[in-house]
Amino acid sequence: MSEYILEMNHIVKEFSGVRALNDVNLKVKPGEIMAICGENGAGKSTLMNVLSGVYPYGEYTGDIVYKGEVCKFHSIKDSERKGIVIIHQELALSPFLSIAENVFIGNERKKGGMIDWTATRREAQELLARVGLEHENVNVPVNSLGVGKQQLIEIAKALGKKADLLILDEPTAALNDKESAQLLELMLQLKAQGMTCIIISHKLNEISYVADSITIIRDGQTIETLDKKTDDFSEDRIIKGMVGRELTNRYPKRENCPIGDVIFEVKDWNVYHPDDSTRHILKDINIQVRAGEVVGLAGLMGAGRTELAMSLFGHSYGQKITGEIKINGKHVDLKNVRQAINNKLAYVSEDRKTYGLVLIDSIKFNMTLSALRNFFSRKGIVDQQSEAVKAEEYRQRINVKTTSVEQAVGALSGGNQQKVVLAKWMLTQPDVLILDEPTRGIDVGAKYEIYCVINELAKSGKAVVIISSEMPEIIGTCDRTYVLNEGEIAGELSGDEITQEAIMGCIMAHNRKGDA
Amino acid sequence: MEKTAVKTATASKKVNLSMKQYGMVLALIVVYLIFAGITGGKNLTAINVNNLIMQNGYVIILAVGMLLCVLTGNVDLGVGSVVASCGAVAGTLIVDFGASTPVAMLASLAVGIVFGAFVGFFVSKLAIPPFIVTLATMLMGRGICYVILQAQTKGPLPADYTWISTGFLPTIKVGAVDGAGGVDLVSIVIAIVIAVLIILGELKSIATSKKHGLPLAPAWQLIIKDAVIIFIEFFFFYKLGCFSGVPVLLILLAVVVGIYHFITTQTVAGRQIYAMGGNAKAARLSGINTEKVFFWVYANMGLLCGLAGIVLSARNASATPKAGDQFEMDAIASCYIGGAATSGGIGTIIGAVVGALIMGVLNNGMSLAGFDTNVQKIVKGAVLLGAVTVDLLSKRKKG
Repeated sequence: MSEYILEMNHIVKEFSGVRALNDVNLKVKPGEIMAICGENGAGKSTLMNVLSGVYPYGEYTGDIVYKGEVCKFHSIKDSERKGIVIIHQELALSPFLSIAENVFIGNERKKGGMIDWTATRREAQELLARVGLEHENVNVPVNSLGVGKQQLIEIAKALGKKADLLILDEPTAALNDKESAQLLELMLQLKAQGMTCIIISHKLNEISYVADSITIIRDGQTIETLDKKTDDFSEDRIIKGMVGRELTNRYPKRENCPIGDVIFEVKDWNVYHPDDSTRHILKDINIQVRAGEVVGLAGLMGAGRTELAMSLFGHSYGQKITGEIKINGKHVDLKNVRQAINNKLAYVSEDRKTYGLVLIDSIKFNMTLSALRNFFSRKGIVDQQSEAVKAEEYRQRINVKTTSVEQAVGALSGGNQQKVVLAKWMLTQPDVLILDEPTRGIDVGAKYEIYCVINELAKSGKAVVIISSEMPEIIGTCDRTYVLNEGEIAGELSGDEITQEAIMGCIMAHNRKGDA
Repeated sequence: MEKTAVKTATASKKVNLSMKQYGMVLALIVVYLIFAGITGGKNLTAINVNNLIMQNGYVIILAVGMLLCVLTGNVDLGVGSVVASCGAVAGTLIVDFGASTPVAMLASLAVGIVFGAFVGFFVSKLAIPPFIVTLATMLMGRGICYVILQAQTKGPLPADYTWISTGFLPTIKVGAVDGAGGVDLVSIVIAIVIAVLIILGELKSIATSKKHGLPLAPAWQLIIKDAVIIFIEFFFFYKLGCFSGVPVLLILLAVVVGIYHFITTQTVAGRQIYAMGGNAKAARLSGINTEKVFFWVYANMGLLCGLAGIVLSARNASATPKAGDQFEMDAIASCYIGGAATSGGIGTIIGAVVGALIMGVLNNGMSLAGFDTNVQKIVKGAVLLGAVTVDLLSKRKKG
């Protein structure tokens, strides 16, 4: 047997004439954690789909050699039988079924053609113990758990299939820092037990922490493989491989950007939970943003940042909302989204697929959707001409990589989709923009372009608020930041004061105050 | 690599007409010709072409309203019962209370709107699933209809009422031989006007495409497409001209289809329906009042039920308690055959109209060929399933 547990040689995969994978080679040693890095659209997920049999043998060319044997998988079932299990980015759990049922979904413990409930529960309990969830009741529905624990259930499910090669596609994308750390520890633990893992992730700090080797894919080709023992594993080094050049500055500098008067002001903002009028979600929030200023809203998951933005944006979240909003010095009452738009406030939502875009419709349709009534219609009739012209202008201006504005946004990569959402809100001609996780799940190149757009917005005198869970992003892009914790402003930092330590310090101090 | 990508982008300015877009129109022609074969040309006669319009008027009206419901990702099951109730109110007002035709017609429309607003209220304000609410109106509407009519047929309705479904525009017959037949000049003039409009429309769309550098189909394809459309249109009006001229109902249908085609393609309101059907959450955060859109879609369905109630009772010259049975199914099937998606956000008015015509030509052809009514149901079901299957499979291949 060779030194490798898995070899993928000269893999080529085409989609109707477009080469998604062009001669990809991948070699994984038994018992190691291999990371695959690449920009969005580089072909990472396609490669994993080839490996797991989602694209059956015959639809690609090249060899998959697993444990010394050439494999021809025709479906996921085939690859799972060999012990290759893939955990996709989107969780594949059935929310109303119990934990035990989910662990053995598609892999049921049976006795004489019927479900063996005793074995199901007992073995589920054993598997949960292996992923550190030994205290969970296997009979409760899986949707009663948080996303982090659900992700661990997915791993338990894979273990139940006797996996010896585990593929994790963006496993921590939906997790907070603590949950992510837990997951990474679990991976290291499984590795110690002899499991081989392949991880795909955009979070480079996690990769350099957990991986033994990194294979970098760019434009459907394998560029290089880095080894932890011999190579530089720093984030800059990985990024260089991914984009093919040195990104000297991941956050473009904002120059000649004068900061003006306060144009966005929130006073004593209080919001209660939409389903429970006794839960005080946001308490006495006060915020000021000046023209030309980029202000961050930092904080941990669940601190109330998105809730704040949504409640400001036309009462889209919460109930019993009290407080005052001033835009351009004028008191405004924003009872619905339309009023918010008309008063020059824009909110670029966190989850672009669920809240930002109509995926089946065209780029043009999406770009003009919010501004249609105010800027692209007369007496309720759409001005198709100006709509087409403006959409094309913005497509070029923010560099959406596509041939035509008539293309459906669902077919675009994450980064390009995010640009479309951004254009959609720029077209409403706002004075204040709240951007919620503007670069989540998109690659470094597209991130850079989005930062450039943010800088442009600031330069043209807009007030920009950025909500981000990535602290380096807040540090790199913001003039000033508020730190939110448990629905309250825990601190305010500006300029060079903004560091990870200072942000965490605010949160810790606030927590202590709460405990006392 | 990038260079080649740019090259193909500029080279692809010429695209072929998508067969999918015109697939249903071709299917309509094929079905029509097949039945021409089966019935020995009986469905090509002047009187039958006229009957096609008269028989299917109400389905087209309902399919137009239903498409908006389908665009939101839902359906309206109450349509048949509401149509019957609307007709019942109009018929009772005329027969029992001596009301005038305009009053009766307005009453029918008003009853439709009340039903629609009722559904709209539950669906939008209370967020009750439309399937449930309209299942309720389906049952309630039928009951109300029986109560109003006391389980009897009200008729006959006067000539000025039935004119809307059975009347014709004035005719100028020319070329009559031995007093038999001849062709109506008005029909021919209308046909010519429409042909000119089609050609002008095509030229205008070519001009705008060129101006914005949008892809354009080769000239020969466009010429063939327009020639086929104009040929069909002339055949149609010639046949009408040979019979009694242009039916009033045809004008009504043209106006209804025209208005809703305009609303769905050219207005902000239309855009909002598509956006909501495609992704309601995103639509809401884009400043679209989705409750309001939902309400008006269903209120509008009620209004069109009122119109269909008038058309149906006028055609039968009476209001009957059994009227409109399963009309909702015809209307829903028309939308799906016409390419609408069950998940919402996809579909066109023209598609729904073509879908309705396919159902109509099928019904008409099978009746002429003497198919058993039970067999007719089997065929209709199979056509619905087949059309949607082909549609979805062809989409899947592309993805």
